[in-house]
Amino acid sequence: MNIMTEAGVEQKLSSGTNAPSIKMKGEKVSVHYGEKRALFDVDIDVRENQVTALIGPSGCGKSTFLRCLNRMNDTIDIARVSGKITLDGEDVYDPKIDVVELRARVGMVFQKPNPFPKSIYENVAYGPRIHGLARSKAELDGIVESSLKKAGLFNEVKDRLLESGTGLSGGQQQRLCIARAIAVSPEVILMDEPCSALDPIATARVEELIDELRQNYTIVIVTHSMQQAARVSQRTAMFHLGYLVEEGATDKMFTNPDDKRTQDYITGRFG
Amino acid sequence: MGEHTVASFDEELEHIDRLIRDMDELAAAMVAASIRALLASDNAMAQRVVSDDAIMDARQRELDDSAITLIAKRQPMAQDLRAVVGAIRMAGDLERIGDLAKNIAKRVSAVGQSATPRNLSHGIDTMADLVLVQLRGVVEHYVSRNAGALKELRADDQKIDVKYTAVFRELLTYMMEDPRNITACTHLLFCAKNLERIGDHVTNIAENAYYVVTGQQLPADRPKLDETTMSAPAT
Repeated sequence: MNIMTEAGVEQKLSSGTNAPSIKMKGEKVSVHYGEKRALFDVDIDVRENQVTALIGPSGCGKSTFLRCLNRMNDTIDIARVSGKITLDGEDVYDPKIDVVELRARVGMVFQKPNPFPKSIYENVAYGPRIHGLARSKAELDGIVESSLKKAGLFNEVKDRLLESGTGLSGGQQQRLCIARAIAVSPEVILMDEPCSALDPIATARVEELIDELRQNYTIVIVTHSMQQAARVSQRTAMFHLGYLVEEGATDKMFTNPDDKRTQDYITGRFG
Repeated sequence: MGEHTVASFDEELEHIDRLIRDMDELAAAMVAASIRALLASDNAMAQRVVSDDAIMDARQRELDDSAITLIAKRQPMAQDLRAVVGAIRMAGDLERIGDLAKNIAKRVSAVGQSATPRNLSHGIDTMADLVLVQLRGVVEHYVSRNAGALKELRADDQKIDVKYTAVFRELLTYMMEDPRNITACTHLLFCAKNLERIGDHVTNIAENAYYVVTGQQLPADRPKLDETTMSAPAT
């Protein structure tokens, strides 16, 4: 797998392209679930066309933070988000923002593959259809095909597009969910432990895919696998007890982190 | 540093560290014995150094196996990863030091055969003392995670280089004085060169140890005072 190193990023700089710009920005983001505070003043930048990995022990707030980015926490009644999160400089918690449109721009892939109990085709076509992205059947077919291709699934399913999505293997289902997320042309894709229910080969496929998707999308991934974070991401953010402990270049985080808690966590000394 | 959640992980890392300490002790014993054998023309002692090298090789293979298995089983990160990779590299240097000591030991009989005045090798004796201080110190500082001492120790290698230059010049004069000294002096020159190389390996170990301890690389430029390459054509 081709992991872009800091050196690689610098190369891009010297060849005249700008440094990766900030796609999403969190400022003093806090979350309360009822009385309980789950996240404390998190400041974080999500860089465009990079993979940002969120790591930390269970209950550290990483998934909570991820779910703030496309307002998935809105679906939980007792959750209250404060602070500011912007997408291209625009406040995503602005009352004028259309949440449905926001979630099309900031897509999400979950821990367990959750295809709709419909055909493979319908799973991918559903989003573009309700968002009115296709004006004709032919155009919709085109979106479905290109999304499945981008998700690396097309060749495996092209002869059975009308069969049920739930009949696929776990790894294929997860790639179907990625295709479904891609179909509405998002700018950011959030992934919440996308490989935790997959075997090593399916995991490798998804990781390879993440690396390819990075060319066109900005990705934020929550993972419990340290090796996965080290392999797929360019930036890593470490959470602990609701605080952002440390954020930095992945290469450094996994060879020589600054914070003792990061060191203890990634070397298996707690958590 | 706290302990790992999985206790056997700590034991495996400790085992690798212990092998490094063993190899260092063995290396120092081999160097000391090879020089004593050289100075006393003690062929039996020289022979023991030669056979000790097999033990050194076995230790290195054991360390390599342990390190590879640990990486495969534990996927170490951060300082653990640095410790394992560092150990593999330090073991490589220690094994080479063993080879160089063996090479000195092998020359004992050749030097002994030519009736050479004992005082030819005085410089080598003091040079060996310097090398042994470095060799014993480097792993001691590594074990105590003393980055500052490692940095100083690395700089101290220039003392060995200075001494080597002096020995080189000295041996050259003996050869010019009396051509019958040439065989013995050439062997002694190789022995001195071996000691100087051992110093360089100790420097490598210090650099690796420093990286393991701090996560930072020492700057590449280090004072070099081996002038023999410059002065050789002039003499």
